[in-house]
Amino acid sequence: MRRINVDQITDAIARLAQETNYFLGGDVCRILSKRKESESSDLAKDILSMIEQNIVIAGQEGIPLCQDTGVACVFLEIGQEVYLEGGWLTDAVNEGVRRGYKDGYLRKSMVADPLRRTNTGDNTPASLHVDIVPGDKVKIIFAPKGFGSENMSRVAMLAPSQGKNGVMDFVLQTVKSAGGNPCPPIVVGVGIGGTFDQVTLLAKRALLLPLDKPNEDPFYRQMEEDLLDQINKTGIGPQGFGGDTTALAVRILAAPTHIAGLPVAVNINCHVSRHKEVIL
Amino acid sequence: MTISIELPISKQQASLLKAGDRVSISGTIYTARDAAHKRMIEALDNGQPLPFPIEGAIIYYTGPSPAKPGNPIGAAGPTTSYRMDPYAPKLLDLGLVGMIGKGPRNAEVKEAIQRNCGLYFAAIGGAGALIAKSIKKVELIAYEDLGTEAITKLTVENFPALVAIDCKGNDLYEMEKRNDQHSIS
Repeated sequence: MRRINVDQITDAIARLAQETNYFLGGDVCRILSKRKESESSDLAKDILSMIEQNIVIAGQEGIPLCQDTGVACVFLEIGQEVYLEGGWLTDAVNEGVRRGYKDGYLRKSMVADPLRRTNTGDNTPASLHVDIVPGDKVKIIFAPKGFGSENMSRVAMLAPSQGKNGVMDFVLQTVKSAGGNPCPPIVVGVGIGGTFDQVTLLAKRALLLPLDKPNEDPFYRQMEEDLLDQINKTGIGPQGFGGDTTALAVRILAAPTHIAGLPVAVNINCHVSRHKEVIL
Repeated sequence: MTISIELPISKQQASLLKAGDRVSISGTIYTARDAAHKRMIEALDNGQPLPFPIEGAIIYYTGPSPAKPGNPIGAAGPTTSYRMDPYAPKLLDLGLVGMIGKGPRNAEVKEAIQRNCGLYFAAIGGAGALIAKSIKKVELIAYEDLGTEAITKLTVENFPALVAIDCKGNDLYEMEKRNDQHSIS
């Protein structure tokens, strides 16, 4: 057994909360810059250029890229050979969120109850997902998720007969009805299969995949390319003001499902698509 | 071309702006989003005054991140406006001139904009660090307990935005109309 003190997890999360909110991943920046070059609308080009300026200012000055510094989504992969000591894991994760959001001047956006709506004051609790995996390491993925785009996300329980076309139609409809609301250009995470609960998590995990690395499954690679093409032909454009760049990428994750079902979920992220991981 | 707007703006000046115009706003604006709007409308329903003079005012839908020492404000981009749609017509009828946010508005808000010759501006969503550069001063006005959702008075200089819905009801989010405008220009 390898012993890991949960304080290490707290420290890592506090650091990741700040880094993810100040610095955007290279994949997003590369696609933004490429899209800006190929945009045919002048207004869209200008908006993409302002988005790039925002990335520079945020990084240089340590100001959050977006004031919505998100729900703290934390994904832990804990090796089965690891013994965690020094406190409870969930407490350690929330302490990391508490510290990172306070020290990093990040916005506290969580309310304790969905209907009575009192702010918890420290952005806890995290949305925490834990998987037990082989090995003796702990992988921590931190992904702050803004709610302008979260609100535009959808789930549907399709019939198997609707197949690939049904899934593609649902994704396209979801993006079209979201329009200018989720701060396009967006990143589209699609989950297909599993159960009602699993499919939404698949869609969220799809947002954690690198945007410029093709899907290993040629079937889904083609589907991602086709969807991206169709989404960018809608003309919604950056911020909903027209243009060729409505989405930067579409990523799909699929899972085994029941003979009677075809669940599909679309989790939309804005261009401030933030996530980072460390391995302890 | 960018049009400079010095606040306060009269209805007559507002009527000259067109959907699609790029503007640079300077002067005083007030922040309010979901929870503050709910409270303002409750105040009105109870016959109480609003916490700031609504006549001629501009409301910015934002919930900024905390200011670092030495800065007036943290990141301060727009939040999605449709959530304020149930509240906006009443405020427009009371004299609110403009709103700054992001994303389309519903038919009731558009009608209220036309009826009162108001304006709806769009700021760039997700450009909170860039927009913060144009905010020079922040003053707490009301509802401090709401934290980031409190009402504050901002002094802005060259705040970058677009006219999204104008006084005649032209809407930059409506694609057909947008395409017509492009073909005309």
